[in-house]
Amino acid sequence: MGTAVAGQEGWQEDVFCVLRQHGVKHVVYVPDTSHSTAIRLAEADNEINAIVLTTEEEGIAYLAGAWLGGERGALLMQSSGVGNCINMLALHSCVRFPLLMVVGMRGDWAELNPWQCPMGRVTEKALNLMNVMTWHVDRAKDVAPLLHGAATMAFNGDHACAVLLGQRLIGGT
Amino acid sequence: MREVIQYGTLDRREAVARLLAGRKKLLVVGGIGWASFDVMAAGDHDNNYYLWGAMGSAAMIGLGLATARPDHSVLVLTGDGDMLMSFGALATIAVRNPANLTVAVLDNGHFGQTGWQESHTARGLALEQVAKVCGFSWSVKITNLAGVDDLRDRLYSRCGVKFSVIKIAAKAFPRVPPPRDGSYIKSRFRSALGFQPI
Repeated sequence: MGTAVAGQEGWQEDVFCVLRQHGVKHVVYVPDTSHSTAIRLAEADNEINAIVLTTEEEGIAYLAGAWLGGERGALLMQSSGVGNCINMLALHSCVRFPLLMVVGMRGDWAELNPWQCPMGRVTEKALNLMNVMTWHVDRAKDVAPLLHGAATMAFNGDHACAVLLGQRLIGGT
Repeated sequence: MREVIQYGTLDRREAVARLLAGRKKLLVVGGIGWASFDVMAAGDHDNNYYLWGAMGSAAMIGLGLATARPDHSVLVLTGDGDMLMSFGALATIAVRNPANLTVAVLDNGHFGQTGWQESHTARGLALEQVAKVCGFSWSVKITNLAGVDDLRDRLYSRCGVKFSVIKIAAKAFPRVPPPRDGSYIKSRFRSALGFQPI
């Protein structure tokens, strides 16, 4: 799958392709349906460490450690997991390291499960409050360029960057 | 049967100094609170990474570091409170089983920084058994200096991920604060491994 080129496959493949093009060696995740393709590709890739987490904030600490060891990674999670990460984002503010996150949204469009809405409604605001830059994506053709932009700023500026995959993109439940 | 002695007797400063004596390319993550002070008291080192916050992060930082640098041994030294906050990390680390990683918990059974409230370990929880059940290749409770010496020798082995609980005395020690500037410590640490600033 290493030969796939962003933009030639579906947006689900684009996520993985862009991460790989940016030299990501660690894909750490709590699964979300929107990430199922990227997780499958990462798990099958011998050059990528795919790490399943018990809770999302583990991933922020893991990526800090990988960067101390000179390597790049990305955290994949659902919007509900952003809430679990809030205090751990202090690690980024105090240490500064490339922190790239891809968030599958729930509760932002055509959501059938009201329990997803409290966190989904404030996911982007919560990230912004913790000094994370965000880009919300609702169109398939925007996934690759916006993720490329976020990765560029994370890896070249030690920024915390999150791309939010909206439910209009993913498909409502 | 519940053990009679839940609190340890080891002097944390002596135990950590002994564990780090003669260190060879060892990368050390010091957890929030006393653990970082202990690592600093044993001698500041470019291969030390200290935490002042982000409670619950030490073990996972160790996993990320150990995975990225399989050529180095990595030691996470942290307190029972920090380890309890990242309970799930024991599962995440165990399923990865990095042979170059050791997690050592300095266990005084208390939240020493916040008024010495008893933690779960003082109330009977044996973290070394939790780690064993999760699948750590080697997991022991250490109650004396001979055990610390044994652990020191094992830090450099490559026979699976290792875990230990070091039962230390529940008492305050002088603060030996490492630098608070996390960005500086990060850059120093990376530079020592040969990595340039971004």
